[in-house]
Amino acid sequence: MTLYAGKREALEDAFIGRDDEMPRGKPRSVTRDALRRFRANKAAMTALVVFVLIVLAAIVGPYLVPYDYETPDWEAFTAPPSIESGHYFGTDQNGRDLLARTLYGTRVSLLVALIATTVSVIVGVLYGAVSGFAGGRIDSAMMRFVDVMYALPYILFVILLMVMFGRNVFLLFAAIGLLEWLTMARIVRGQTLSLKEKEFVEAARAAGVSSFAIILRHIVPNLVGPVVIYASLTIPEIVITESFLSYLGFGVQEPLTSLGTLISEGTGAIGSADWLLLFPGGVLVTMLLALAFIGDGLRDAFDPKDR
Amino acid sequence: MLTFVLKRLASTIPVILIAITACFFILRLAPGGPFDQERALPPEVLANLRAYYHLDDSLIVQYFRYLGRLAQLDLGPSFVTKDFTVARQIGIGLPYTLILGGSAFLLAIVGGIAAGIYGALYQNRSADYAIAAIAMTGLVVPNFLVAPILQLVFGVKLSWLPVGGWGDGSPRFLFLPVLVLALPHIARISRLMRGSLIETMNANFIKTATAKGIGRRRVVLKHALRPALTPVVSYLGPAAGYLLTGSIVVEQIFGLPGIGRYFINAALNRDYGMVLGTVIFYMALIVLLNLLVDLAYAWLDPKVRQR
Repeated sequence: MTLYAGKREALEDAFIGRDDEMPRGKPRSVTRDALRRFRANKAAMTALVVFVLIVLAAIVGPYLVPYDYETPDWEAFTAPPSIESGHYFGTDQNGRDLLARTLYGTRVSLLVALIATTVSVIVGVLYGAVSGFAGGRIDSAMMRFVDVMYALPYILFVILLMVMFGRNVFLLFAAIGLLEWLTMARIVRGQTLSLKEKEFVEAARAAGVSSFAIILRHIVPNLVGPVVIYASLTIPEIVITESFLSYLGFGVQEPLTSLGTLISEGTGAIGSADWLLLFPGGVLVTMLLALAFIGDGLRDAFDPKDR
Repeated sequence: MLTFVLKRLASTIPVILIAITACFFILRLAPGGPFDQERALPPEVLANLRAYYHLDDSLIVQYFRYLGRLAQLDLGPSFVTKDFTVARQIGIGLPYTLILGGSAFLLAIVGGIAAGIYGALYQNRSADYAIAAIAMTGLVVPNFLVAPILQLVFGVKLSWLPVGGWGDGSPRFLFLPVLVLALPHIARISRLMRGSLIETMNANFIKTATAKGIGRRRVVLKHALRPALTPVVSYLGPAAGYLLTGSIVVEQIFGLPGIGRYFINAALNRDYGMVLGTVIFYMALIVLLNLLVDLAYAWLDPKVRQR
């Protein structure tokens, strides 16, 4: 990024001119500062726009498409994409509109990622903060547990959970979230260790605030940076895990669909109906790339030293 | 050196024990079982089956019986594929998985290091950017999507390579699966190698070597390479694990007869014995590979040995 330092400043001036209306001298919060830097990052902003468009399409799209995701069109089986028929992405072997299915599948994939990420953030932040704040023997025991969990092969455990939870997809992804919190807990613990030595925590303790309240009210709000960065890295990971499981036939089941299920179906049709693979695959790649750039942008924004 | 190996082995034993315990109980808590069929079995037959496999004992008794057998390296019977024990099925699949994983491991190391050295020595030239872009794609796009796209291009459109199957195990059949499996690791290793070589090339001892009049080629290969390799080597341990679990998908996509296929089928059929056996086997293999990597690390970095 250093290469573009000059260009970057020019960009910042262009994008952040508005901020100057703010009264001078007013202290900026860490989050506000980070948002300003994020807005100045062209790649990350483009990625954000793309991602928001995909999310909007996934939410609103299914209502705007003339076909729905599970009803076959008896006139068009395995029809290639065409503008005239209204099947812009073509149809699958059962005559179902691929555009509608892709939109719907994107929605399911995103929903699953949202659930799992939320679970992993909550568990990771609380675990890490408690461990770091408690310190001593509790801390080392809690971190030892994390080490052990780290050593287990993640995908194998996910498949085991799959066998256990069977068809309830949303429960399953809550469970994946329960496996994904380890790195988050480590990061949060590290931050907490240094935060708890700060004066404001001492002040709170002197004022008689309980430990748990200190963690929730004083420590956790100061963890926004690392938590946001890491959560933004967790989302694509879970999208991939979901697609992976659905691909193998463990995840989302008919009539529901997800990007992984669609890609799996498309894989079976390569050579005869390539569009069944290329459209859902294209959406998945676009989404993952956008998320990767957003994640990079957030890291740069919250941690400018690290660049 | 021997104490180092023994210490490393001793520290992995509790991890493996916890993992075995967790897997065992997760699988038994799951609803449904290996004897669930379309048509329910008569109760007497079911009772006989359960008695035969000792499934009617209490969980704790079963658990310790399983551990006892495991200590004698007996992975027990498969509940669904009744003519084959778990160990026998693993034995059948193992050579294929090892050839696939081993080739991918080598390709990842050689390709990643070569790309990394090139990127570091020709920093910020177009080839460096091209490598970075390919690496980014390799990291972001999941293997179950890369695979069908390569199949489509090289198998279906160009008809250069077979789309799947083991064939005679010749490089023609192995090229695509190995490439797909290795790609993300080539990407990660090239990034690690590039970063660490750039740093090493700026170190004083390299300046000294150059000042002595040693040729650039010799400086890079004889002086800079070994210290620059440490981050790459420390990544190889996790990479071996990822390759093993990644081979599950790749075997599935390309229809290769490795262990992954047995594992997926067993998980879909709720064959407890087989799932548990394969997971334990995979874990043991990962631990072993990690140990080898640690030894390589100790060879590269004398500081590790003394600890």
